[in-house]
Amino acid sequence: MKLKLILFALVTLGLLSYGLYMALVVAPTEATMGDVQRIFYYHVPSAWTAFLCFLINALASIWYLVKRTERSDAIAVSSAEVGVVFCTIVLLTGPIWARPVWGIWWTWDARLTSTLVLWLIYVAYLMLRRFSASGRAPVIAAALAVFGFFDVPFVYLSIRIFRTQHPQPVIAGGEGSGLDPTMAKAFLWNMIAFTVYGLLVMWLRYRLELAERSVEEAHAEKSMQEGA
Amino acid sequence: MKAPGLLAVTRATLAKDLRLEWRSKDAINSMLFFSLLVVVIFSFAFDPTAEVSRKIAGGLVWVAMLFATIMALNQTWARELRNNVMDAYRVSPAPPNAMFLAKTIGSFIFVTILELLMTPLFVMFYNLRSIGPVWQLVVIALLATWALVVNGTFFAVISIHTRSREIMLPLILFPISIPAILAMVSATTLVLTGEYSPLFWMQLLAVYDVVFTTVCLVLFEIVLNAE
Amino acid sequence: MSFTYTPDSVAAVTTPAVSLFEITKHFGRFAALRGVSAEFMPGKLYVILGENGAGKSTLLRIVAGLLAPTRGELRVLGTGKLREVALRVGYMGHAPLLYDELDAMENMRYFAGLYGIKDDALCATVLGRVGLDAKLRRRVGQYSQGMRQRTSLARAIVHDPELLLLDEPFSNVDVASAKDMAHLLGVMRDQGKTIFVVTHQAPVMQPVADECIVITAGRLTAREKGIPRHLLSPYAAEVRR
Repeated sequence: MKLKLILFALVTLGLLSYGLYMALVVAPTEATMGDVQRIFYYHVPSAWTAFLCFLINALASIWYLVKRTERSDAIAVSSAEVGVVFCTIVLLTGPIWARPVWGIWWTWDARLTSTLVLWLIYVAYLMLRRFSASGRAPVIAAALAVFGFFDVPFVYLSIRIFRTQHPQPVIAGGEGSGLDPTMAKAFLWNMIAFTVYGLLVMWLRYRLELAERSVEEAHAEKSMQEGA
Repeated sequence: MKAPGLLAVTRATLAKDLRLEWRSKDAINSMLFFSLLVVVIFSFAFDPTAEVSRKIAGGLVWVAMLFATIMALNQTWARELRNNVMDAYRVSPAPPNAMFLAKTIGSFIFVTILELLMTPLFVMFYNLRSIGPVWQLVVIALLATWALVVNGTFFAVISIHTRSREIMLPLILFPISIPAILAMVSATTLVLTGEYSPLFWMQLLAVYDVVFTTVCLVLFEIVLNAE
Repeated sequence: MSFTYTPDSVAAVTTPAVSLFEITKHFGRFAALRGVSAEFMPGKLYVILGENGAGKSTLLRIVAGLLAPTRGELRVLGTGKLREVALRVGYMGHAPLLYDELDAMENMRYFAGLYGIKDDALCATVLGRVGLDAKLRRRVGQYSQGMRQRTSLARAIVHDPELLLLDEPFSNVDVASAKDMAHLLGVMRDQGKTIFVVTHQAPVMQPVADECIVITAGRLTAREKGIPRHLLSPYAAEVRR
């Protein structure tokens, strides 16, 4: 297990370094936006990784509600925490990018708003876990994740329709705008690197969670033996 | 003797809750006064012309209702915790969803009464006159209230078992309700200003209501018995 | 020797009302119950004794179906699925389990309704059995503790359950009320009900108890016929040490 972990970590490090090199050195400077545009190589992969984490959380939560296995709950916690971190990065890098380039900090378009709502839901998820009694936390957090899972399509849809009635400024060139081939390569490498990085951190968190639980279990077993 | 059916228990629980509410008048008084305060404060904060008021009234009314709903929801389950009465229900063969439905319908009635009281005040303070048909406003209000109350009741039962229960409820409820809030505000504004048809938003609200009522009913028993 | 045919009447007598196998309950790091195993035959009155925090209430709540055990198997009235027998089980909690703003009959009517009973006369009769006046309009919140416990007991038995689980029914109750309730429990046991009573007041239950079990630190440490003298006082165990 340790060996696999170290190998995985090394691969991740390699990918991230290469991605960094591609993003900052190899990729050409964007014509209109300048060097600020390079945030794009971090903003979008972070978003994708965050969404992946939240999807994993939704699936793990449903699995937990049905099967009640400890592992699925551990996966749920790990993916939620890592997802919130990446989502925070998205929400921070977005305005940093938008302000110098488009002159606005924020816009209520479908993607940004859905990201914000997901962030809110999962911060609430983490707070719910923290503030609940330890026996209840997994079940009710899983229930909240299910709600979030059904909510996101509604958020996306409602904002899209809202925008057709109230046109908003478009950030990041809308969907389907083309990319210069070298930029596309840099983008792809960073997408892979971030996904792998996200999975690595999730895996570490998952193992930490399982370890914590076996410690609790051991304590309980020990107190079982006392006074026997 | 057979285990009671869903409808019977829902009716009995609703009747019991309404009777209890009538006896104690806990929530009613504070909510009435709170609603009045909200309307007055908003009137000071936003003092628009008749034209502008039609555009923003939708948002103001529903934000005010949202806060009033939170207050109503927070005390929905409080009574069941006193004296551990919930244990007696859980031990009985009565279906758990009956309690959920009874609480939701009870809150729905409650919030609707508030709406009926607050609306004339809003109309008065903002000199509101709707350009679109009023019956649409009624339908929107019904769908919107149910959307808030169904999820709110579910999250209220979750949050009463947490450490900061009062803050936990809005924390979980608001993000999940965002599409519904957008829909109700947009629909109301469209009717008031008479711009377009609010039909799409009403459909969205209806689908939202159906989806989340189902999710609540499916998950309620699980969440009730999580110890 | 093996039996190939067991007549129903024999099976009914030998099936335990409640059987516990290695019931364990963890709350985080704390083991509240540590492998409790026992069988309890129907038609008897069992008193559960033990110090505060020993796990008595936890055990009762598990049998009632309010808590799920961390490990172990539980069979109540012949089944592991407690929801199926909820109609035949009555539970009286440590807290009153009543609505303070309703009077006794309104409380009874509501809770009887949860068991499918829509009979006002029956509710009134049950209130009478515990020594209360069904026509009293006073809100339960204004009752004395003795009256409140009696009402709670009435609520627990309105559906004539086969199995009755009572958690500290006599706490803060006057001696007369306690004796009345204990006597009523004995009568119900004589009618064939199985009754479990968790209590600190062993002397009140001594006249009617069939067996007593002692829970210490999450384990079943003793099981005796009746309530022997050395267990009558909650401090007796301490004194003996």
